[in-house]
Amino acid sequence: MYPQEFLYTKDHEWIRVDENIGTIGITDHAQKELGDIVFVELPKAGDHVTAKESFGTVESVKAVSEIYSPVDGDVIAVNPKIQASPELLNADPHGDAWLIRVRLADRGDVEGLMTAEEYEAYISQEKAH
Amino acid sequence: MRYLPNSPAERAAMLEATGHRSIEELFEQIPERLRLRGQLDLPGPLSEPEILEFFRQAAGESSREYFTLLGAGAYSHYRPVTIDALLSRGEFFTAYTPYQAELAQGTLQAMFEFQTLITQLTGMEVSNASLYDGSTATTEAVLMALRITGREKVVVARALHPEYRQVLATYVRHQGIEVREVAYAPSGQVDLSGLEAALPPETAAVVIQSPNFFGALEPVRQIAELAHQRGALLIVSITEPLSLGIVQPPREADIVCGEAQSFGVPVAFGGPYVGFLACRDKFLRQMPGRLVGQTTDSEGRRGFVLTLATREQHIRREKATSNICTNQSLCALAATIYLCLLGKKGLKALAEQNLAKAHYAAAQLRTVRGVAAPFSAPFFNEFVVKVPGEADELLAALREEKIIGGLDLGRFYPELQNHLLVCATETVSRAAIDRMRAVYQRFQVSGSSKSPAAEIQSASVGHN
Amino acid sequence: MENRIRHARTHITRNEDLVFERTSPGKSGVALPPLDVPSVPADQILGSDFHRDEIEGFPEVSELDVIRHFTRLSTWNYGVDTGLYPLGSCTMKYNPRVNEVVARLEGLASDHPYAPEALAQGCLRVLHETARCLAEITGMDAVSLQPAAGAQGELTGILMIRACLADRGDPRKFILIPDSAHGTNPASATISGYEVRNIKSNAQGCVDLGELDRALTGDVAGLMLTNPNTLGIFEAQIAEICELVHSRGGLVYMDGANMNALVGVARPADFGVDVMHLNLHKTFTTPHGGGGPGSGPVAVKRFLEPYLPTPVVEKTKEGTYRLDHNRPKSVGRVRAFYGNFGMAVRALAYILANGPAGLRQTTEDAVLNANYVMARLKDLYDLPYDQPCMHECVFSDRRQAARGVRTMDIAKRLIDYGFHPYTTAFPLIVSGALMIEPTESAGKTELDEFIEAMRSIAEEIEEDPQFVLKAPYSTRVSRLDEATAARKPILRWKA
Repeated sequence: MYPQEFLYTKDHEWIRVDENIGTIGITDHAQKELGDIVFVELPKAGDHVTAKESFGTVESVKAVSEIYSPVDGDVIAVNPKIQASPELLNADPHGDAWLIRVRLADRGDVEGLMTAEEYEAYISQEKAH
Repeated sequence: MRYLPNSPAERAAMLEATGHRSIEELFEQIPERLRLRGQLDLPGPLSEPEILEFFRQAAGESSREYFTLLGAGAYSHYRPVTIDALLSRGEFFTAYTPYQAELAQGTLQAMFEFQTLITQLTGMEVSNASLYDGSTATTEAVLMALRITGREKVVVARALHPEYRQVLATYVRHQGIEVREVAYAPSGQVDLSGLEAALPPETAAVVIQSPNFFGALEPVRQIAELAHQRGALLIVSITEPLSLGIVQPPREADIVCGEAQSFGVPVAFGGPYVGFLACRDKFLRQMPGRLVGQTTDSEGRRGFVLTLATREQHIRREKATSNICTNQSLCALAATIYLCLLGKKGLKALAEQNLAKAHYAAAQLRTVRGVAAPFSAPFFNEFVVKVPGEADELLAALREEKIIGGLDLGRFYPELQNHLLVCATETVSRAAIDRMRAVYQRFQVSGSSKSPAAEIQSASVGHN
Repeated sequence: MENRIRHARTHITRNEDLVFERTSPGKSGVALPPLDVPSVPADQILGSDFHRDEIEGFPEVSELDVIRHFTRLSTWNYGVDTGLYPLGSCTMKYNPRVNEVVARLEGLASDHPYAPEALAQGCLRVLHETARCLAEITGMDAVSLQPAAGAQGELTGILMIRACLADRGDPRKFILIPDSAHGTNPASATISGYEVRNIKSNAQGCVDLGELDRALTGDVAGLMLTNPNTLGIFEAQIAEICELVHSRGGLVYMDGANMNALVGVARPADFGVDVMHLNLHKTFTTPHGGGGPGSGPVAVKRFLEPYLPTPVVEKTKEGTYRLDHNRPKSVGRVRAFYGNFGMAVRALAYILANGPAGLRQTTEDAVLNANYVMARLKDLYDLPYDQPCMHECVFSDRRQAARGVRTMDIAKRLIDYGFHPYTTAFPLIVSGALMIEPTESAGKTELDEFIEAMRSIAEEIEEDPQFVLKAPYSTRVSRLDEATAARKPILRWKA
């Protein structure tokens, strides 16, 4: 269900790391909780993101969520499709609806993030509350 | 008590169903020492005739027998009776905010029409569904500009309504925002060279009012150029939007806001009123207040909903664009009905009547020796006169003729002692204006309440 | 599904165009009296820069068109006049008609705020008397009617706390707010220059004294709380809470939205509250009007009186009324003029109609009605806090959620039964909340119909949840596409 090659945060972001480039998005669980997504606020290429700090927001009709960066890095790309079609996040959160790509400041940053199994266990535990 | 729908038997039956033996038991969750002992010291209960009598007495101690030439942010216009006939429908005035859209299409469609009318009047692309009043709408526009530009300085015209400037000061006091005032020129309009000099590079917004507090129309295009050169937004606040029936809207502005009370909302000693705020499309997400949007249902029928609610307090909480929870829906509805009744031609005709009344009054007063018209700018239905002698004595003499002759500007502008702000709408008759002129005339001949002989005597001993 | 619906429903008519779509050139809804002064050439007086010709797209309709258009629109609304309106935290109670008559009396509806005080004695007396009555009801010492709504009242209150603490040498940095609070609370604190610290409620949904103690560091200016809280439960430790905050040099702000549970029964001043606001459009029957106007007066203890917004209405020794603008410690103005005067008129009329005994009876009925609903539904709907409530009760949709049906879906199905929904999904500390506030304006017959409807829906959810999920069926429009409305906003009509 959750891609094995991604790592996950407690705030429901995912990151796929290739060499020192990280692609970041939000998980299927997050998009389900939010409902129909209507607007996404993202940084620009060249901006810096900081681990555990918000770099943007995702809005549904009834709720707003901050998106937290899993890593420190510089934004090298922002998904051009998202602004025009925020509904993509509901349709394909793990694929077409990636949000930003960053150059990692330190590849070691990803220690402490969850694997797919750990993440699935984490969200089924959350649901039980 | 006649408003309560339950009989003693019904109360007893419900109490039994709750499993409690007495009403007092239901209040046991309040610690005994915190419960009120005895009764509140309040008047009543009064029957309906007694209530009416109480308020009729209060209504008698008012200026309802007087012709009022007061404007200054609250305007007396005729309210067609159709407005109250429709507002009194319980479905309109006893309904809640339209969060459950399926049960509130009446309110939502009416607010959508309000938003449309405001954009048509102001020349802007989008409007919200109203704010509390003109003073808070103007403040909200400034807060918007601060968010949009990320800057911290605001330049405000001294000719913006004094109480509006006070409200702005209250709201920005704790946000590290610098507010600078720019003076008015001899024309009564913003001093353009003063503005140019006063505009710091990090200005978020320039705020003007047009027609301004003195009734003067502001040169919006030139002010916009100056503001935009510095990367600042131009906010134009309009307290008398009836002027938009014959005056060009401030199309070069970024945000147009103000007070829609003139459109069918009673003057009512200061409230409730209805603020409006409209802007360019690109600022939409920074707009405060409620927004009604058009959409479809599952069968493809057109319907309306509150939209973009994520800007608002109930979702964003401390990150909200504003702490506003309400709009002024019923007052906005009154404005919508009023504007629909007047229509394209009626609005223009009524604006022309206001223009005529005020210009007749100004012309008549200017024929009196000692009366000066200090400001040269074009005006709509309000203007300033410098009176001969003491303003408060003149106003007292006018009151004896059952006329409230205007606002003594010395109250707000110390440099404008003995200047009156006079507003003449369609509600002021020619006869009243002529009577007013006659008082000015009498007054001017003596110059003060003293006789001419006494005046000469006091002048000769060096009194001023 | 058999038709179990017996309650009256809102009238459904054909589609109604926008007024701009019904426009026809040359029509007008008013006739102006003839001008009795010479007309002036607008283009010359104003100059070509300023002169405007007609407004493109502005409506042109007759008086009859206006009457029919808005009458038809009104039939699609549900108001308190239509039936039970159990929105929690909104206090949808009867809006007495005499209030509307007195507010429209000439002399009260027409006086200009800058009229000379000698000619405004009636209006000033109404403001003064309303303030006095509200002070008596809350037990506080002074009241300002200037704030335009509850949220503005909150802002005013927090600004006064700040001004008072600043006067004492240190305004401090934080305001504590329970996680159950209404969204306006944190928003108002932020505008006053404070940072918000949330405190978690305890298992009873109330402020936890231990948590409060830990959170009350020396840089906390105060606590904002609602009592009864947003679960309809009275904060029984309110006196201890106030003492604790005061002992650390802070002040207590009470959100008075739930006063309908307290009038004539208990007074916030006695709890130790320093400043609070009231919602005239909730407790004091001024009409909601489809979303405003409201009125949010603030009430304060004597030591905060100097900080009230300017001006203050005073009664002189001679028995006349005046406006005192000489208030050097005031927080300033939160709006032009004096407040929503028209709402003060209505609130005063309500207080006069009731007198002290009527107000107390009103509160008792409000609390009884809520407890009755709670008792008759708790076997079918989950009650997260099973204890007597005050004027409102909160259920959770936990049981129904197991069948895939949430609080919003139940609310939509309730519409088919002829009722306005309760408040969904608030407060946030309850998962899938159903917040029900019947108010005192609900007779047993109507309450029984409401209870029957809720019981019937619970059954429907057991039998056929899919059916409930697609509700409502009986309204003019079915569920509206809010996602598209937000993604591609259409906010005005265009030709």
